[in-house]
This record gives sequence, C-alpha cells and structure tokens, in this order.
Amino acid sequence: MDTHCPPPPQPDRRNFLTKAAAAVVGGLIALVPPLAGLLVVFDPLRRQTENSGAVLVTSLGALPEDGQPRKFPVLATRVDAWNRTPNVPVGAVYLQRVGGDRVRAFNVVCPHAGCFVDFRAANNHFHCPCHNSSFGVDGKILDPKSPSPRGLDELPVEIRHENEIWVTFQNFRAGVKEKIPA
Amino acid sequence: MKAFLGWLDERTGSKKLLHEALFENVPGGARWRYVWGSTLVFCFTVQIVTGLALWLAYSPSSQTAWESVYFIQYEMWGGWFLRGLHHYTAHAMTALLVIHLMQVVIDGAYKAPREVNFWTGVLLLLLVLALSLTGYLLPWDQKGYWATKVATSIAAIAPVFGPAVQRLIVGGGDYGHHTLTRFFALHAGIIPGAIIAFIGAHIYLFRRHGLTPKEPRRKPDAPFWPDQLLRDVVACLAVMLGVLFFVLRFHGADLGAPADPSEQFSAARPDWYFLFLFQFLKYFPGGSELWGAIVIPALLLVFLAAMPFIGRWRLGHRFNLGFLWTMLAGIVLLTHLALDEDRRKPEYRAAVEIARQDAERVILLARAPAGIPPTGAVTLLRNDPLTQGPRIFAKNCASCHRFDGHDGLGGQPKDKVSASDLKGFASRAWLAGLLDPEKIASPRYFGASDHRNGKMVKFVKEELAEFTAEDKQVVQKALMALSAEAGLKAQREADERDAAVIAEGKKAIAGKIMTCTECHKFHDAGEDPTAPDLTGYGSRAWLIAFISDAGHERFYGENNDRMPAYGPKKILNEQEISLVADWLRDDWYAPEQPERLSPVK
Repeated sequence: MDTHCPPPPQPDRRNFLTKAAAAVVGGLIALVPPLAGLLVVFDPLRRQTENSGAVLVTSLGALPEDGQPRKFPVLATRVDAWNRTPNVPVGAVYLQRVGGDRVRAFNVVCPHAGCFVDFRAANNHFHCPCHNSSFGVDGKILDPKSPSPRGLDELPVEIRHENEIWVTFQNFRAGVKEKIPA
Repeated sequence: MKAFLGWLDERTGSKKLLHEALFENVPGGARWRYVWGSTLVFCFTVQIVTGLALWLAYSPSSQTAWESVYFIQYEMWGGWFLRGLHHYTAHAMTALLVIHLMQVVIDGAYKAPREVNFWTGVLLLLLVLALSLTGYLLPWDQKGYWATKVATSIAAIAPVFGPAVQRLIVGGGDYGHHTLTRFFALHAGIIPGAIIAFIGAHIYLFRRHGLTPKEPRRKPDAPFWPDQLLRDVVACLAVMLGVLFFVLRFHGADLGAPADPSEQFSAARPDWYFLFLFQFLKYFPGGSELWGAIVIPALLLVFLAAMPFIGRWRLGHRFNLGFLWTMLAGIVLLTHLALDEDRRKPEYRAAVEIARQDAERVILLARAPAGIPPTGAVTLLRNDPLTQGPRIFAKNCASCHRFDGHDGLGGQPKDKVSASDLKGFASRAWLAGLLDPEKIASPRYFGASDHRNGKMVKFVKEELAEFTAEDKQVVQKALMALSAEAGLKAQREADERDAAVIAEGKKAIAGKIMTCTECHKFHDAGEDPTAPDLTGYGSRAWLIAFISDAGHERFYGENNDRMPAYGPKKILNEQEISLVADWLRDDWYAPEQPERLSPVK
C-alpha cells in the first residue's frame, strides 16, 4: 500500500524500558474513562426499591359477597429516578372476601414471567395469557403442568376502621419457587 | 496462546495489521511535535466511552433532560466525575485541534500531496465544533438554552433556506422535545458517525503519504513503536491529567437552573471557544449580521481550505502562516474583548450571580423529600417563594416599600420610599419597632406614608410613650401575642415556649391599657373597626388577603394610602400574591441541615 516511504527499519529490541513505559502509561490512560463509565452504569445495583407500606385500596363494600376476586389499582408514591409522584398507580391487586370480613389479596403479576394474570369468572380461576399458567381462586397452582414455579403472590391485608382495605403492596422476583421481594 | 494467535492471524491477518499499526516509519526518529494527532484520537475515544455511559442515563425531552443530567450529576455513582470527564475533554479537544492545525501548517504538512488530508482535517475541526455546539444544549439549563437559541437564530438569517434550516434543526417553530431529540441524535449519532468516517479517511491518507518530517532530521528513521508511541501516550497522559485537574477542581461540569423561556437570563454566553464569534457579531449593525455571522466566517474557511494551493507559490507558505497567525491573534483578541467587556459590566456580573443562586436553589429543591414533579424541575423554581418572591416584590412593591432597605433583589428603586420596610414583617422585632415612639414615624414604618399623621402614630408617640414600666410589660405581651397570630416559621419555637405569655397578651390586646380594639378588630373584640383587622395578623391567609386588596373594609378601607388592589385589579395573580406572602413570611423550603441560602444580595 505504501509506495512513498522506505521500508520500516527493524524494531530495536533493546529498549525494553521504553516499551514497558509506553504499555503502562497507555494502559493507565485507557482505563480511566471506562472505569468512570462503569461506575455510573452499575448505579442501579445500589438502589433499593422503596416500599411504600400499607396503602388504602378500597372498601369492603366494593367486594362481592360471594368471594369472587375483583381487580383494583394500587395507588402509592411512585419514585422513578428523579421523579417522585404521589398517589399514582404502582400496580394492581385481586381482592376477594374469604369468609365474613376477611380479605385476601393477590398481586396481579404472574410469578412465572411477570405477565398480568386474568381472572376467568366462567371457570372461577386465574389464567395467565402469556404461557397459560393457571391458578385456583385460592391462588394455588391449578394444573401441575403450569409453567409458573409458585402460586400467585399473596399480599398482607389489613382492615382498618371496619371497612377500609389496606394492602402492603410488593412485587416479587419472577421465575423462582421462593417468594423473594423484587 | 501462540497457537490461538497463529489461528487468528491466519483467519484475519491480525499480525500484519498490528505490524502496520506499530511499525510505521517515523522519518528522522520520534519527536514530541508529532504527538498532536494521537492526542486528538485519544480524546475522541474518551468522548465515545464517556458519552455512551452518559447516554445510558440521559433522557432527551424538555421535561426530563435537565432532570436526568441532575440525576447523573448529583445522585448517581461517580456521575459528576463521568460528566466532568466528558465536559472538560471536549474543551481539551477544541484546544488540541487548534494546536494540531497550527503544527500541520507550520510544518508544511498541508501541501501537496496532502491536500485531501488537510481538507478532511478542516472538516473534522468543523464537526468537532458542531459536537460542542450540540452538546452545550443537552443539559437543557438556562445557559445552554439561551446560548444555543442565539446559534439557531443565526442559522435563520441565512438567505433563502435559512428559516427552513432553522426549523429543521430546532424540530419546529420553537424549542421543545424535538429540539432535544434532534440535538441528541446529532450529538451522539450523526456527527460522531461522520467523525469516525473522516478520522478513518484522515488516518488512511496520513499513512498513505507518511509523516511530514520536520527538517533537518536529527536522527535516523525509526519505527513508531516504541519511541514515538511512548511520546504519544505521555502526551495523552498530560492531556488527561489536565482534564482531571479541572474535573476535580470544579467537581464536574457546571449545571445551571433548568431552561425557562419566561425567565430572563442575561448571563447567556457561548462556551469560550465561540466567544470570538459572539464578540464579532457585536460589530455588525442591524441588517448586516449576515456578514458577521455567516459570510465572513465562511470566506475565512474557504481561504483555509485553499491554503494548499496558495502554498505552492514562492511566498505562499509564509503567507499562509502569516494569515493563520493573524486569524489566531484576531480570535484571541476578540475573546479577550468579550471577556473584558463582561468583566466590566456590573449587570453581567449580577446576572451571573443570580444564575448561580438559581442553580444552587433548584438543586436544593430537587434534593428535597418532595423530589421533582413530573412537570419538570422548572416548576420547582417557578413555585419557590425564595426565588420568585423578591422578583415580584422588586417589580410590583418596591416603588413604595423596601425590603431591608433595598428592592428585594439588592437594588435601589428610583422612586423614594413611601411605605414600610417589610423585612421581618409581623415578627416580634418588626412589631417592636412599630410600637417604638422613636421608630414608628421613621421611613421604616409609617414615616414616608400618609399614615404618618394617622391615629396609630399619634397613639404610639403620645400615649404609649407615656406608659409606665408596668404598662410597657403589657405592651410587650400584646406584641408577642400579635406576632404569634402570624405563625411565622422562624418564631415557631419561641411562640410555643411563650404560650402562656401569649395567652395573656391576647387578652391585653383587647384590654384597657392597650385599647387596640378601639380601632382594630381582634377576634371577637372590636366593633366598627377603622383600622386593619388584627385577627390572624401576618398569617399567610391574612397577608394574601391584605396584598390582594388593602383597601378592603377588613383592612384600611377608606384610609388606604395608594396600595393598589393587586387581586381584584388582576395586577398579580393568586399564585404571585402567595409567593410574595410566603417570601415575606420567610416560609420556603429549607433542608433540615441548614446550608441556608440567603435571598439574592
């Protein structure tokens, strides 16, 4: 390719020091920018998901007496990087009466891969539209062939002032047998 | 390892490639003057690496750009360092480009057969300047916003296609989301892509024609590796250390207050490398900007590109050198003039100071527990009494009132004082002055207004002045009670501590000694009041109602002395009135650990 220059001379094998210095200095300056970048890139690893504690979801009167689950949005303070927005949907729950004034809450998210689970009133069970996991009305896995590794995630419920339903909302890691907070 | 390298070489030709990269011939041996091109490649690589990392956290829209940069700078791990590295390396790159250009011309490396290489170099210079220009806007702070507006307005004065070009760059008629998406795509995709392509061409052509040796050659030819490479990396290290010095010295790059098209920003200046153009424009009277902004710079560029041809003449090279040095001197002179003019202008210095305070304040607000609302950080400043209060006061109230002797912003209004000084309004200290026979008729209180001849002044000067020591204690209690009506944040602890005295004082206000309720109403006491209602005196609601309409019968009624009905007459809207009221009551967000920010001095 090079027709203008004389053939390059042979490298001098003796100046080891020069070579070492060039390699060290070159390596050093090449390290700084990627390190600075990686620190910022790994920033999400140190951020904890904030838990908003129990939030008021609805009142007992909104739940059918026959124990059929109903879906409700959960409003809480959403922290999204620099934004903090109070009173916006952060997720949803299925609520159902389980005898008298006791209430059960399931996170609507499928523990298999995070899809939004449907309640099929006709068959009285929960069904995930993504990979066909199905769950009984009690949240347990219905079909042993279900892809989901565990039943629907139950959330702590508290009845306050006789008819207010407060739920401690939380998401859990998908795809594992144990219920591990996400 | 050897087997693997052999395999790799057979499949890719890696050995030859490495050999070509390292054993390029350096005629006359390694020299320091050959390092500049390498430092530029190094800087550009730093920009790609740091830029990609920044990209992972940046969000280009007018409600998230400033916010995401704030988050990088103040919340993310080492974000300030990363941003600082990117910022100051950009500065270094501009300086290095000029050095590289000068070295190329001085050494005659632009002449045949290297014309095309010279032109790619000039193009690269322009592309890097375009990177700087587009990058300046991305944080979407006041400085970047207003300075870039100047640049895009200049684009619009170009003949025929100017306005269309401006619309295309801005992404519409005005600055907004699409300005940012476009500038970001230009800054992070299109321009760097072009630069990579041109660097490729530049280096290819450089290798094709070889290095231009500086005569006389002092040593025999030598390969690039290791002597020249060592010099190159040491130069890069020096550049990096210089950049690190600035990053650490200024704790990363500056971030101003978020862009606000309704907020004056007199401190708008381009970065230092564009200051000469900024200054140059000042010399072109209205209608002739086209010459200063486009025609003359374009002619100079054409001349620069023509230098390889001019260099063929006998005196051409010297002429080129003279031209470049003159241009450089002109740029330095214009930059100096721009800086010098700003240094002399008190208004500019004041604007810079306000900009600094706004930036500091908005970051304090952004870090507050309430966080940044989805409407963006710009609303934090717009709704902040400490920021807006003094500005509204200076514009609307300071023609009569003062705040600690000034107009709220530290200036002196041209009208003489004709109403009370409202610094500390309704606080114990302020009321103590009001009830002081020596002070009530001073300009700080009623001395400059029509009330100087009113009943209140008469009462304080004639009756209260004659009070016995015992009665004066009652005055003190009444004063504390009245001040407690305001519920001032700064007095909260004192008010709680003195609750018992305040309860006594409340009774005293309506009592026989004070006789306040002969003219004023105070809770249930006081019939047919002729003076302002003292119920909730100085509280937020009271103050807002008072500012809205001081001539209302609840306040001065017919005795009102020129105070406009700001509310009913719609001189100020509700929000503006509450901002002034909150500011006067010293009621604004301050962090628990007070790194207290004083209002504008």
